[in-house]
Amino acid sequence: MIEVKNIKKSFDGVEILKGISTTFEKGKTNLIIGQSGSGKTVFLKSLLGLFTPEEGTILFDGKDYKTFSDEQRRQLRTEIGMVFQGSALFDSMTVEENVMFPLRMFSKQSKSEMQDRVDFVLKRVKLVDAHHKFPAETSGGMQKRVAIARAIVMNPKYLFCDEPNSGLDPKTAIVIDNLIQEITDEYNITTVINTHDMNSVMEIGEKIVFLKNGVKAWEGTNKQIFKTDNKSVTDFVYSSDLFKKVREVYLKELED
Amino acid sequence: MIYLENIGRYFLMLQSVFSKMTKWSMLRKLIFKDIDDLIIGSMGIVCFISFFVGGVVSIQTALNMNNPLIPKYLVGFATRQSVILEFAPTFISIIMAGKVGSFITSSIGTMRVTEQIDALEVMGVNSLNYLVFPKIIALSLYPFVITIAMFLGIFGGWLASIYGGFSTSADFIQGLQIEFIPFHVTYAFIKTFVFAFVLATIPSFYGYYMKGGALEVGKASTTSFVWTSVVIILINYLITQLLLT
Repeated sequence: MIEVKNIKKSFDGVEILKGISTTFEKGKTNLIIGQSGSGKTVFLKSLLGLFTPEEGTILFDGKDYKTFSDEQRRQLRTEIGMVFQGSALFDSMTVEENVMFPLRMFSKQSKSEMQDRVDFVLKRVKLVDAHHKFPAETSGGMQKRVAIARAIVMNPKYLFCDEPNSGLDPKTAIVIDNLIQEITDEYNITTVINTHDMNSVMEIGEKIVFLKNGVKAWEGTNKQIFKTDNKSVTDFVYSSDLFKKVREVYLKELED
Repeated sequence: MIYLENIGRYFLMLQSVFSKMTKWSMLRKLIFKDIDDLIIGSMGIVCFISFFVGGVVSIQTALNMNNPLIPKYLVGFATRQSVILEFAPTFISIIMAGKVGSFITSSIGTMRVTEQIDALEVMGVNSLNYLVFPKIIALSLYPFVITIAMFLGIFGGWLASIYGGFSTSADFIQGLQIEFIPFHVTYAFIKTFVFAFVLATIPSFYGYYMKGGALEVGKASTTSFVWTSVVIILINYLITQLLLT
């Protein structure tokens, strides 16, 4: 579980995060949603320690990240898996080498144990024939799967995903969403996903945090988001006619 | 002000490069890869330029010696002095600032743009040590490149002066041997070691701290070339003042 208490972050005097507090629960897919420029990426990068908030605390399973020693921070980082928006695979390495990278860096396993683990996770993300391909030789969907495989290869406690299905076709996007949810359930990890994909919100949003102009404007589940009358949320989520109709149908079904 | 900020940030970067070392098994591979990319990959252009510039230095010297009282061996002498003291260590380093420097800046800059550096940091890898330290070690072999440049520069000068009819082989070789001061070679290698460090770290600095997209990667490469060249020229002046006067 990750608890965030009143974090604030500014760049060049402009306040991007204006005191956000929330909780990301273990074994659930937690979604951060909001318009471009709402502070989602800064919020996610602050959780990851890539940005240092000026105020507030971030508790990983009750322990304050700020009070961690260097060794504890290093240990925590080995417990974090991250899927970047552009996958962030290392261009000079093959798919297999990319996935094996964290193991080679931090584990004391033998070469055959590492190979077994890599084979297992690649199979888990349904990539069996791509071991020796370079990222440039694979499709966007495959790159996302490799990124997920690399993120889970160390058995992380926390999984972070930044726009995991951006740039993917709707079918592949659903496959990636489902894969993340399956992995979250299977390993009982705390998953935090940064997205503005409404399909993801409806499909896997077990907990949703809506950010607007650097503040938390709403939080709830994908069921509650249909019923909310929070104008900021409804303006954002139901901006398309399709989703407006989906909402009407859903609410009608509930009434019936 | 921005210059002072960059200088401070550069030294802070160096501090990080030498802390939290990456596993040796990983570093070893990176060092060999960087030796291949930065040293072996530069040999072709260095050999080509050294050979022909050595030849041109010797021809220019010969053509400017109109006075019959000037001994013919001066062609070899001038070629040796120019190549060992300045051409090989400094001129080749400026060329390397363009070739190796822009390669380092663009490769690290692309990693920054595509979030690969963030990925390393999230995993708990000291990205500066992982990316820059192997380049510093690989470029510690740079003096070997300069040795070859010195040899080929003088060899090119020898060939040009003989086949151009400017000097005899005996005169040229006499010029190479006359008033040879071994410390000049030491001075050249001291410069080379310092330039190697500059070549590894300044382009890395511009690549690592760049912001933006593909266009900015190109801009960072150009800026890195300019500043690496400026620093090489300034250090060249300082070392020459310190060691040769």
